[in-house]
Amino acid sequence: MRPTDEDAGVPREALFEYLLRLGDDRLVLGHRLSEWCGHGPVLEEDIALSNVALDLIGQATHFLRLAGQVEGQGRDEDALAYFRDAIDYRNVNLVELPNGDYGRTIVRQFLFDAWSVLLLDGLQRATHTELAGIAAKAHKEARYHVRHSGEWVIRLGDGTEESHRRVQTAVDELWPYTGELFAADQVDRLLARVIAPEPAALEPVWREVVIDVLHRATLTPPAEGYMHSGGRQGRHTEHLGHLLAEMQILARSHPGAKW
Amino acid sequence: MSPAGAGTDALFGVLRGIPDPEVPALDIVELGIVRRVELSPDGAVTVEVTPTYSGCPAMRMIEQEIVAALHANGYDRVELRTVYSPAWTTDWLSDSAKAKLKAYGIAAPDHTVAEQALVPLTSSVRRVACPYCGSSNTERKSEFGSTACKAIHYCHHCQQPFEEFKAI
Repeated sequence: MRPTDEDAGVPREALFEYLLRLGDDRLVLGHRLSEWCGHGPVLEEDIALSNVALDLIGQATHFLRLAGQVEGQGRDEDALAYFRDAIDYRNVNLVELPNGDYGRTIVRQFLFDAWSVLLLDGLQRATHTELAGIAAKAHKEARYHVRHSGEWVIRLGDGTEESHRRVQTAVDELWPYTGELFAADQVDRLLARVIAPEPAALEPVWREVVIDVLHRATLTPPAEGYMHSGGRQGRHTEHLGHLLAEMQILARSHPGAKW
Repeated sequence: MSPAGAGTDALFGVLRGIPDPEVPALDIVELGIVRRVELSPDGAVTVEVTPTYSGCPAMRMIEQEIVAALHANGYDRVELRTVYSPAWTTDWLSDSAKAKLKAYGIAAPDHTVAEQALVPLTSSVRRVACPYCGSSNTERKSEFGSTACKAIHYCHHCQQPFEEFKAI
């Protein structure tokens, strides 16, 4: 695939940067979810989160591989995943936050899934054929993910006093990290329309879907307030470094290791 | 599928001998993983494959098996390409493939991937027929089963858990 053939006039650096964002969101969240493997609250959920993690890491692999091709510096998906530092990661801060309890993990997942399904729906119509193809596949998976996480938010919110309290706390604490999903910078503006949906255009639908689920879960949507930002520009919470340390140690200690 | 010349027919014959590692009732051609094969005049083979799920762990194994099977049949130069578009869908499963799944104990996707709400939030109450006894008195236990492509159900009639190949 020659990216220049179909980048629709978008500068290569901007497309590379955008593909990193797509890949990094999914790689970091997939890694976080995989921390539940063997620790799920019930066997079915242990399996479910591991499967969702697998989907996300698979999606990340495809986006990062394409990113490496667009960059043209010989970096493949492994080089991009294992040999970049936190400051070079372009994921939103939401996905790097620690899992907390199961309710908190599910709330984070739902906030992300509801956004991701909308983004991928738009991306599958991108003028960039290969990006559109990856997005089309990922979109099908994201639809299963959001149904799973949405159902659990309702079940836990409308559950016991204890589960309701914990999930409401998670919603209140994670909400300030959702602003980044809809913020646009120069990269987004360069890609808008021909390749990617405009981030702000996704917000009204996302908000409608999320608030509908919160209401059905008897949860209270948080009041408007401060929103964290910076992940897209490499300004991360202290949690990402620890996550990367664990994820990268094998590849960095034994470059090129095979088993 | 490519236009079937004599050369590609033979290639498809080789590839049809490779079962899907996770659903061995089906081979990789009838599952739709092999999108296209091409035999160049100098004997080099190109195989286009498409992943069923982005993170399907069987994909790498399938690719190794394709190369090994072609090598074993005298095709020395094999190139694999991953294609994403159009995205793989269970709509491509033939009726005979679905019958094989059922005989293997996996409920086949019984509907096409119809347009649903943009963000589907509630599972339909669709009851999947039990592949063992045919009863519809079944219940979905989890949308995620032993592999990403399968969901777990339980049959209240014959009291068997069973898997469903999810429509995607």
